[in-house]
Order: sequence, then C-alpha cells, then structure tokens
Amino acid sequence: MKIVLASAIAATTSLLMASSAMAVTEIQWWHAMTGANNEVVEQLSKEFNEGQKDYKIVPVFKGSYPETLNAGIAAFRAKQPPAIIQVFDAGSGVMMGAQGAIVPVADVLTKGGYKFDKSQYLPGIVAYYSKPDGTMLSFPYNSSSPILYYNKDIFQKAGLDAANPPKTWPQVFEAAKKIKTSGAAPCGMTSTWLTWIQTENLAAWNNVSYGSNENGLAGVDVKLAVNSDFFVKHFQSIADLGKDGTFRYGGRTSEAKQLFTSGECGIMTESSGGLGDIIKTGMNYGIGQLPYYEGAGRPQNTIPGGASLWVFAGKSDAEYKGTAEFFNFLSQTKIQARLHQVSGYMPVTMAAYEDTKKSGFYDKNPGRQAPLLQMMGKAPTENSKGVRLVNLPQVRDIMNEEFESMLAGKQDAKTALNKVVERGNAAIQQAIGK
Amino acid sequence: MQSVVFPNKILPYFLVAPQIVLTVIFFFWPASQALYQSAMREDPFGLQSNFVGLANFRLILSDENYLHALQVTIVFSVATALLSMGLALLLATAADLVVRGKGFYRTMMIIPYAVAPAVAGMLWLFMFNPAMGTLAYLLRRNGIAWDPLLNGDQAMVLVVVAAAWKQISYNFLFFVAGLQAIPKSLLEAAAIDGARGSRRFWTIVFPLLAPTTFFLLVVNTVYAFFDTFGIIHSVTGGGPAKATETLVYKVYNDGFVNLNLGSSAAQSVVLMVIVIALTAFQFRFVERRVHYG
Repeated sequence: MKIVLASAIAATTSLLMASSAMAVTEIQWWHAMTGANNEVVEQLSKEFNEGQKDYKIVPVFKGSYPETLNAGIAAFRAKQPPAIIQVFDAGSGVMMGAQGAIVPVADVLTKGGYKFDKSQYLPGIVAYYSKPDGTMLSFPYNSSSPILYYNKDIFQKAGLDAANPPKTWPQVFEAAKKIKTSGAAPCGMTSTWLTWIQTENLAAWNNVSYGSNENGLAGVDVKLAVNSDFFVKHFQSIADLGKDGTFRYGGRTSEAKQLFTSGECGIMTESSGGLGDIIKTGMNYGIGQLPYYEGAGRPQNTIPGGASLWVFAGKSDAEYKGTAEFFNFLSQTKIQARLHQVSGYMPVTMAAYEDTKKSGFYDKNPGRQAPLLQMMGKAPTENSKGVRLVNLPQVRDIMNEEFESMLAGKQDAKTALNKVVERGNAAIQQAIGK
Repeated sequence: MQSVVFPNKILPYFLVAPQIVLTVIFFFWPASQALYQSAMREDPFGLQSNFVGLANFRLILSDENYLHALQVTIVFSVATALLSMGLALLLATAADLVVRGKGFYRTMMIIPYAVAPAVAGMLWLFMFNPAMGTLAYLLRRNGIAWDPLLNGDQAMVLVVVAAAWKQISYNFLFFVAGLQAIPKSLLEAAAIDGARGSRRFWTIVFPLLAPTTFFLLVVNTVYAFFDTFGIIHSVTGGGPAKATETLVYKVYNDGFVNLNLGSSAAQSVVLMVIVIALTAFQFRFVERRVHYG
C-alpha cells in the first residue's frame, strides 16, 4: 500500500513539474563570449527572461568560436542542437552551406509574427548575413570591423605626425620604416588576422575581387582570385618589410596585439573589438580608419567580422516563436545602443546608431565611429559584401600556412598566393562535393 | 600444475563483464565508427553522405601534406624519445649517487609528470613566445633571431623540448627502478678489476638496463605519437606552415577544424594500424630478444 501511495505521489509531482515546465519554453543559446562580453550575454538573457513569462533563454558558454561551431555541428548530428548558436564570421559559409540544418532568421521572425524590415538594419551587416536574394539568414549579434591603431609616443619619437595617422598603405609602410630606422621602436608595424584584415577586408576596402561568384555570396562554387597583381604587390611589400623586422608577424589570430601593447611595434591593424584591451594598458594610442590603396572610388567599404546568431532546424514552433521574441528584444534601440557602447561592437540597427550619435558618445570617444563609417560609407559592391565559403576556416588555414612560409623567407608573395589559390580551390571543390 | 575450473558457469563472465563493456564502448565502438566513416564522404552536418570505398585512403596517401605530416611525426617522435630518455638516464644515474636528500631529489624530479600536456605547453610558450616570452626576449637581445612563429625548425625544437621535459619524470622513475635492480656485486667486481665509471656504465649498467630502455622506447614513441596533442595544440597549433603538424594533429585539424570527417577518419584508421603494429612489435620481438638479467 505504502509503495502504491509513494508512486502515486511521485507520479503527480512529476506531472505537476512537467506541466509547469511546459508553461515556459526553454531556449538554449550556445555562445563563445568570454569576460566582459560574457557578462553582457548573461545580462541580456536575464532581462529578457524577466520581461515576459512564456520563454526562457538559457545561455551556455561553449568555448572559443571554432569550438562553439563544432559543438553545434556535433549536437546537430546527435539530433540535439540548441535553438540558437553564435557562429563567427568565417563559419557563416559553413552554416549557409548546410541547407536543411538551419532556418533563416527572416523566417523565424515571420513565424513569431514579426516582419523582417531590412531597412532597419545597417546595410553592410545585412548584406553579409543574407542570401543573394536578400533573405537575412542569421541575426548579427556582435559585429566588428578592422581599424588602424598607432602608438602616439612612438610616432612623436620617430618625428611622425601623431595627430594624423597614415591613410594609405604606402604611407603606412613609409611610417613603419621611419619608426624602425629612427629607432623609435624595434618594429614598425604588425597586424592581427592576416586573413580577415589583409586579404578579405583588403579586397573589399579596395573593391577588388577575392573570388568568383561575388566572393561566394552568389554561389558555393568559388574560384579564388587572391593571386592577382594587387594582392601580390601588397603581400610582397609586407614580406619585404618583414626581412629586417620593420613588419613583425604575431600569429594567425589576434596574438599580434601584444606586440602593439608592449610598445614593440608602432602601428597595428586590428579588429575594432580589440579596443578594450588597448584601453586597459593605458597607453597613448590613436585610432584611424583601415588603410587602403589610392584609386578611383576607393576606399569602398569594409566587411563585418565578429559573429551572428543562427537558428537550427527541427525545433518546435514554440521555440521558434520564443527565438523571434528574443531577436525582437535584441533589436530594440536601447539594447543595441547599450551593446555598442559597452562592448565596443557595432550596433546592428540604424536607430541604435542614430541614438548613440545623438547622445554625444562619439564626441567623447572619437575612434568608436571609425568602424561604422568604414562599413556604412557606401553601398556594398559585389567585391565588398563579404566573403563566404563553405570551408572558409580551412581556406584561412591554407593562407596562414603560405603566409608564414612567405614571411619566413622561403617563398615570395607571388608563389605564396599562387599556392593559396591552387590549394584553396582544391579544398573548396572537395568541400562542395565535386 | 593443477587447472583451476570455476564451478559457476556465469560468474566468470560476470566478473570480466566490466572490462569487456569498457573495451567495447571505448575501443570497439569508436573504432568501428572510424572504419565506417573512413569509407564515407559526408558534409559537416551529416545531411548527405556517400559511400566512396577506399577513396579517402587513396586521397590521404597521395596527399603530400600527409606524407609531410608522417615525416614530421617521425622526426618529432625520435627527437622527443631520445632527448627525454637521455636526460632521464643522466638524472637517474646522478640520483643513484646522491646520498643525502634522495627522497626529496626524486620527488622533485617526478613533479613535471603531474602537469597536464596543455599546461606544460603553455609553460614553455610563456617562456619562449616571441611576443611575450621572457627567455625569448633574452635570446633576441643576444642576437639570436628567435622566432618560432615563422621559423619551422625553432618551432619544432620548442615542441620537442616541451614534450620531452614532461616525459623525463616517467622515464626517470623507470630508470631509477632499473638501476636499483642491478646487483651491486657486479659493479664492485668491475671496480676491483680497474674499470672506471664510464666503462662500468657502458659495459655493465647500460646493457643490464636494456629491458627498461626498450620498454621506455616503445612507451615514449607511443607518447610522442598520441599524447602530445595538447602540447602541440597550445604551443604551435601545428604551425608555422605545418612544420609541427603531426599525424594526430592532422586528424584533429582535418576533422574538427576543416570538418572533413571522411579524411579524418581514414587518417585515424591508419594511426590505429600503426599502434597495433607497434604493440605487436613490442610483444613479438623486443620482449623476447631483450636480455632480462
């Protein structure tokens, strides 16, 4: 008798628990944000959860950007994906190549009863995260753009104009040489992300083709074009500067930042998202827009980096509705404006940008507007909407290997870039299953 | 000899069951999955997969990058095994001579073994990273162009030293034990005959240590092949330009970074064959031929 009673109680309790759980739909959000950016994720989820009763966003930290993407893919293969996953710029092509694994954000918003209005969003960002027909595929959560940082103390020592950073690449190279020869610093310049900044953004900013099919935005079958004379000239200049240490290589991602913050190098190109670390050092730094090569119509526009939120397929309608609610919550002007001002990433809506402008934030923090101006200055061309390959992380690795071999003096820029194109094209063909 | 027969027919199976279950779950199941995957070509999400037979194997074996990784692995393993065993033997013979504080000395020697590979990698990276390493700074100031981020040979030296350093403790323990097993009377007799230290070492100690040395050789090779992933991952990431990309690192890189699962699985099958061969080699030849004093 006792046993029957106990099991009856257990059954009722579990029923009750189940029904209370059913009232709130849990939505998993896998992300890769650490430190201050992680606090923002937690704070946003908390605010959303407290603001309504039907849905609960559960943020889960999954490691670095590639680790988060791999965890998402593994979970999808095991048929247990989260509803929302944060995927970095280079992973966008991977996600887009997986038709059937994802639901476009535009469709998610429609399911939740919202209409996706393209004009509300910053054009450069929308173009990057959309299909060629304009359907927005993922929600741009944190976007950044590469800019130029320079050490004002080193500039003064070298007799350079500390109020006006160099604007074009030839000027940057000259300034770097002057820093080195004057002995103001042991190294003139460095750069983080040679792939994202010196290849993908170099192409967009100067309106030069990176690959066929609109750099992959119009179709997955892409032939790389990064061995054209334009790229060869740029990389040969860097390789030449590298010979006497005027240019120094820091690593494949953002490791070079240390060369700048330690005062070893006077100039650096880095993501606008790296500003926080530089402010923390208390150094006397200045910011300028990303350098370009002079030419008609240049500079064009830069392409966004950072990450966006993707929605996996195969979830319940309730989860999609909740996701739509959450994206709508994230799009609010006050949230976007705050995100931009606190985290240093770009706002994704026009309203948030206007709001920040009006609040006088840019007057107090001048450099903060540079990444936005770079990206929004002009309507993107087929060379500057972005780069999307189904295996961009792999192609970036191939580039890094050849660049390293070039900077070590084993090959010139022409050989390196020819190899990049040959190996990259083969990898792309294999990845698209040809 | 009396043969032992269990009266109970089920109990023996029950007793070996945990081991069988573990082996099935952690070896046979993943190994069969790897075999299956190695014959397939699939997109990262598993939405489409095609049977391609041995195409993945043909591709990797004709891929010059794969052969390069094989070469890197051999250089890396040989260098790591020789360096760590050589130093461990030197330290073990030195420890044998220590009279006071023997226990302390030995404990200190064993500590690096408790350090996780990734952490060991980070330690060496902090010392020798060209951007922030203290020792790297000293090297550069003394006119040595130290830049393992671009110089493949220097990167290789760095990972070999880090990997060998971590393994010295393990080798040290076995060598100490091996040295203790050598009868003192042999050494004393040789000393009376007038053999000096180095002669005693090469004619008596070293040959008698052969079983230990051969055992360690296999263990160290397997270690360098498979357990150094964490070190390579944290120190060089396989770079620069694949200079430190070993076979295991390539499996990871192709599978989890490049999301080419078929090729990655085929590579892991090749590795499995190598391990089986190494183990068989150890059992069949080394164990039989080495003289156990």
